[in-house]
Amino acid sequence: MKFQSQAVAKPYFIFALALFAGQILFGLVMGLQYIIGDFLFPYLPFNVARMVHTNLLIVWLLFAFMGASYYLVPEECDRELHSPLLAKILFWVFAAAGVATILGYLLVPYAQLAEMTYNHLLPTMGREFLEQPTITKIGIVVVVLGFIFNIGMTILKGRKTVINMVLITGLIGLAVFFLFSFYNPENLVLDKYFWWWVVHLWVEGVWELILGAILAFTLIKVTGVDREVIEKWLYIIIAMALISGLIGMGHHYFWIGPGEYWLWLGSIFSALEPIPFFMMVVFAFRMVRQRRHDHGNQIATTWALGTAVMAFLGAGVWGFIHTLAPVNYFTHGSQITAAHGHLAFFGAYAMISMTIISYAMPIMRGRPQGNPASAQKVERFAFWTMCLSMLGITLALTVAGAYQVALQRLPDDSMALSFMQTQAKLVPFYWIRLGFGVTFFVGLLAYFASFFVGQHVAESADAKKEEVCCGSCS
Amino acid sequence: MADNFTKGMARNIYYGGGLFTFLLLCGLTFDTMLELPSRDHRENITESVALGKSLWEDNNCIGCHSLMGEGAYFAPELANVYDRYGQGNEDTFKQFLQSWMAMQPMAIEGRRKMPQFNLESHEVDALADFLIWTSRIDDNGWPPNKQG
Repeated sequence: MKFQSQAVAKPYFIFALALFAGQILFGLVMGLQYIIGDFLFPYLPFNVARMVHTNLLIVWLLFAFMGASYYLVPEECDRELHSPLLAKILFWVFAAAGVATILGYLLVPYAQLAEMTYNHLLPTMGREFLEQPTITKIGIVVVVLGFIFNIGMTILKGRKTVINMVLITGLIGLAVFFLFSFYNPENLVLDKYFWWWVVHLWVEGVWELILGAILAFTLIKVTGVDREVIEKWLYIIIAMALISGLIGMGHHYFWIGPGEYWLWLGSIFSALEPIPFFMMVVFAFRMVRQRRHDHGNQIATTWALGTAVMAFLGAGVWGFIHTLAPVNYFTHGSQITAAHGHLAFFGAYAMISMTIISYAMPIMRGRPQGNPASAQKVERFAFWTMCLSMLGITLALTVAGAYQVALQRLPDDSMALSFMQTQAKLVPFYWIRLGFGVTFFVGLLAYFASFFVGQHVAESADAKKEEVCCGSCS
Repeated sequence: MADNFTKGMARNIYYGGGLFTFLLLCGLTFDTMLELPSRDHRENITESVALGKSLWEDNNCIGCHSLMGEGAYFAPELANVYDRYGQGNEDTFKQFLQSWMAMQPMAIEGRRKMPQFNLESHEVDALADFLIWTSRIDDNGWPPNKQG
């Protein structure tokens, strides 16, 4: 580690991973509820489990992005973080607000939570992914502003690298577009139109800048390839992401009220959205092939390559298969959507988080060349188990979705099966999905275990490895 | 990447392309805002429709159902539930919804359960008004059939 203040990232990473475990547990409950409809009812109704599952995802990714920024910005800026104390305070504020909100979901009926938090004063609740009480949303804004101030001041006073500039643009975009979550008009069409300005412009917009910056940083460190080369790739990848993704938002405007030209714009531009992800794959593999040194943390390199591949499959390929309007007319809101959502979020954002954690955590724990071989072996098993399980989940849901479309959407009014009849037919695929969910959880447990493997080896080897390059200086 | 393609060119594509596309999005949004009133029929948003929407949100209906294809996929699509069960008559639909909401949760073992939300009669009517208004939004003819 080059600067002491980078260590504030550590609690962010640890807490992110704890929330990740919670997300998966609630996912398993829902996987079973898809099969046994009244499982845990009325103690944990499906809508509550889903809210916890998706909100934990969003919050743990935010924690991971913040941790990543606190770790990489000082190193890129070549100076200490503006205020490590502020970073520590915001960690506890955000963690407390997050835990309180999740407990609110679990312990009180949602309508009562809305009442307790005075939702009627500024109604923002009850919309997908934006279920948080208004007071929590305000808390998120405060935490993110404090975080951006801290990161921004560091960058202003330090070296302004391309990675820094791309990251800060992404973070400011994240904050600005979140403000649309406070706009909730009585008109459902307007509500939905600008709801996407949070959701789409996050995950298919500014989050890709954050992803690109973290990936580029990690690749510089583990490959030692010249920064000039990597920065050129980064610019062109995120340029393509924005050029395709901003108007690509039109693929969400097909069936919720906006006019017909969105059918064309949404189809054409979102069909281009796989391009930046494909470039990311080429970029990652080429940088690793052109590497100038063999970093001891090999598993971090594997995570970086894996992120590029899985993000391309999940966001690129699985996005493309249902993005054209004539296809989406039949697949919209089916299990195909769920398949895409799972692989895209895992491949792009969960995996980039684990990439930076895999690179940075060993360094923060005094292991500049990565964890000992025995620990990396366990982490490698975890990597493959989680990736293959998520592909299994995705394939099971894709088949379920295709069958759902065939039974429920393609036939005319008189022949189509009802939603509930169709769901009954999909049960075998839901079992397969649940099975892969269980193996995913096994992979996650192995991942956690890898943090505790080979402690003794690491301690005895520390003295020798002090001399070896950790990549921090490049 | 080719050497004659410089980092400066890549940077200009990023800032220029990103800014241009964002401005284009803003322009298209402006145009859509002008077009929407004739597609969403906002003149028909009564107090009851607005109350229905807030009830929809306060009870997290989107946590199980989808509305215009967005939301969860655990329970049926509801933007066209009026077309499915209303038989073209608003009163028929309201009666149906009153009895349906009162029936929940249904005592069928293993079936997906909808909680009992203890809504008052006028609230169920408001929810119905909201769903009826929603069913009349011009959504380019989605869903393909009445099953949603």
